[in-house]
Amino acid sequence: MGYIIEMLNITKDFPGIRANDNVTLQVEERSIHALLGENGAGKSTLMSILFGLYKAEQGSIKIRGKEVSVEDPNVATSLGIGMVHQHFKLVQNFTVTENIVLGSEPRKGILLDTKSAEKKVEAISKLYGLAVDPRAKIEDISVGMQQRVEILKMLYRDAEILIFDEPTAVLTPQEIHELMQIMRRLVEEGKTILLITHKLKEIKAVADRCTVLRRGRCVGTVPVASTTEEQMAQMMVGREVNFHVEKGAAIPKEVLLKIQDLDVKNSKGLLGVKKLSLEVRSGEILGLCGIDGNGQTELIQAITGLAKIESGHIFLRENEITSLPIKERLDLGLGHIPEDRHRHGLVLDFNLDENLVLHNYLQKPFAVWGVLNKKAIKDNAARLIEEFDVRSGQGAATPTRSMSGGNQQKAIVAREIDRSPDVFIVAQPTRGLDVGAIEYIHKRIVAERDKGKAILLASLELDEIMDVSDRIAVIHGGEIVGIVKPNETDENELGLMMSGSMRKNEKGEQA
Amino acid sequence: MTRRREKILLPLIAVFLGFILGSLIVIATGRSPVAMFAAMIKGFSGLDIINDVPWNTRYVGEFIINAMPIILTGLAFAFASRTGLFSIGAEGQLMVGSLAATAVALLVDVPRFIHLPLVLLASILAGALWGAVPGFLKARFNVHEVTVSIMMNYIALHLNNFVILNLLGSQDRVKTAFFPESALLKSPFLQSITRGSRLNWGFIPVILALIIFSFIINKTTFGYSLRAVGYNKDASRYAGMKVNRNIVLSMMIAGAFAGMAGSVITVGTFNFGRAMSAAEGYGFDGIAVALVGGNEASGILFAGMLFGMLKSAQPLMQSQGIPREIAGIIQASIVLFVAMQYGIKMLLERFKKKQAVTADGDRA
Repeated sequence: MGYIIEMLNITKDFPGIRANDNVTLQVEERSIHALLGENGAGKSTLMSILFGLYKAEQGSIKIRGKEVSVEDPNVATSLGIGMVHQHFKLVQNFTVTENIVLGSEPRKGILLDTKSAEKKVEAISKLYGLAVDPRAKIEDISVGMQQRVEILKMLYRDAEILIFDEPTAVLTPQEIHELMQIMRRLVEEGKTILLITHKLKEIKAVADRCTVLRRGRCVGTVPVASTTEEQMAQMMVGREVNFHVEKGAAIPKEVLLKIQDLDVKNSKGLLGVKKLSLEVRSGEILGLCGIDGNGQTELIQAITGLAKIESGHIFLRENEITSLPIKERLDLGLGHIPEDRHRHGLVLDFNLDENLVLHNYLQKPFAVWGVLNKKAIKDNAARLIEEFDVRSGQGAATPTRSMSGGNQQKAIVAREIDRSPDVFIVAQPTRGLDVGAIEYIHKRIVAERDKGKAILLASLELDEIMDVSDRIAVIHGGEIVGIVKPNETDENELGLMMSGSMRKNEKGEQA
Repeated sequence: MTRRREKILLPLIAVFLGFILGSLIVIATGRSPVAMFAAMIKGFSGLDIINDVPWNTRYVGEFIINAMPIILTGLAFAFASRTGLFSIGAEGQLMVGSLAATAVALLVDVPRFIHLPLVLLASILAGALWGAVPGFLKARFNVHEVTVSIMMNYIALHLNNFVILNLLGSQDRVKTAFFPESALLKSPFLQSITRGSRLNWGFIPVILALIIFSFIINKTTFGYSLRAVGYNKDASRYAGMKVNRNIVLSMMIAGAFAGMAGSVITVGTFNFGRAMSAAEGYGFDGIAVALVGGNEASGILFAGMLFGMLKSAQPLMQSQGIPREIAGIIQASIVLFVAMQYGIKMLLERFKKKQAVTADGDRA
């Protein structure tokens, strides 16, 4: 068989955990091969071994049938392996071409030969249908385009094997669709793609074969065409997964969160939120959907007190919280799962147990007379770890930085849901999580709703918005352009509203 | 576990490398490193390993005198550092602490059991006040604490000299009148067991300061929020902590430690207030101590003693014909090696990897 990559019987141990246990991954040339697994299943470890960042205790790697020893990432590059990272590594104020040649700049004498580089970039771009302008500055192009620059970077370096790490996490539905086409085109032109993802839908849409990992072990490799999403999910989680969020009809009661004519400036000093009004009632989940960067972040930060408000009012029940300090908002019953878990959600250098009392450390039993009760803090962590299935090598004493992204997120969700706030601002709660964890978190959010809490759910995942929300507010350019019911709309209509080409309430199209 | 071991191991390697470098330089100047190490051992223990002379406890006393103030300034730097602040104001805080101690020592006339605590308290408050200024400017106007604390050092120096020379009855354009006995940390008993060294009760507030530092940082909710702010300001704000208040308080407490060093010197080592032509470097030694001590109380204690020992060894080295600057070079290179700890870590890991590879080779 024409395997281009073979990772045979790979075993890798970390302190307290076996990250890969006798894993075998064989990728056929000119195919799209998906690598599926929950957080902490060992996908990243496996890829890091392929990339030379870690050394496996056992097992061997063959590229094009030849056994190789990948000592460091440079070896991987010279073997034609390229990685498109989830978080782009681009210089914002450089042009596309400058970013692409960075590190291997073509020279003419002592000068940079931008012309010929631009030509080469343009040629590659055309060949694979990427439609990237080589002279555009990174800061001026969309996220989807930036991702294509990352792809171009690999192609410019003659990569034959492209690893995509969660490539769709940052894209709109339309951009996802385009990326899928690009991937197919790449394979047509002879490349091989290894796709790391949680999203079964995407695997179903593009991949040829799929290898499933669970808790460090290889569960199996299946042909995608003859396997259903349910079957793949079951392989990944080890039990049956319910895709549909089980929930009864919402019984909305009194308004708990009320936003009136809110103006908020964004980081560029412009109005990121314009005259925005919104109400969230007790017992309902209001989904906030929009393309990334259309004011969601500013709105959420204004409600939670992280951003200053220019004008307008915010009420929590009858209390005006417009300019209250964050602590007082929290004490009034506001809860917040922040979208940026590393910046706001966690103190990465704390141990897990310390992070789980980030709001409550002043309260009994965690502190008595200003002195921390370490035992109570540990017990609290042990309880939440158990209840929310947070996986951490050393339990409560695990350094948070060393945990996988998904488990960090679970820790935040555990901490916030455990506080059971009346008004719960939930931003990207399942970003980077696997289906099992997503199912659980959705269940908990719905349970909070049924307890009569008001929930504002901001998400870039349309599926999540459609499944979990009782009402959907679409935000575009800092304004709410429509409020719809999930059972009366579809992805297409939402997509049109998100891009600003349609307003629902006015029933008319706008330019 | 490994993190903890690393935290102890890396500074030890840095110290070791510092001594190696010092020895090499001594060899390069044509002297014997043995004489240097003998001077160092004598510098803190009073034991002479080369010549047959009796144990001289005076060196022990002087060694402790040298270690005390830099332990305190080390605590000062470390405390601010744990809140993510880079304060180099210990020098000035120490000086205003010393000035406040001088003033209270000279101007207040009460019995010793009130006077001495009052002197210490005055220096602590003065240091805290001096620390509050950069803290407030940082919190309120986001002025960088490094800039402000440097300037505050100059203000402190000249304020000290102005007050000492003009207001407190300078005797000879250098020092004030002698303090009354009731204001002094001095102890005839401690002097007698250390053959007339300047050893005094100052070590008691130093030990208390070490305990308080460790208690606040590790055991209290306040310390928890300080560390949170130090590691991640955004997350602390998100959690409802008062980030700005913590910055001011942290700078004040740091200043208090440095201010205390001022009285430990002024009413302990000396018994008069002094005008100074330039800063004496306790503040900067404190930064070195905190870096080597990993911003932990126990580490600072050891690093303070190490640098105190190097200071004590200087005159002894000179009497052996070894340039006293070598001690300074060793101190500086230890700090450098600590700063290079990531490099050292990488070397260690590469070494381990290589060992693992050869082990694999053996198996094959």
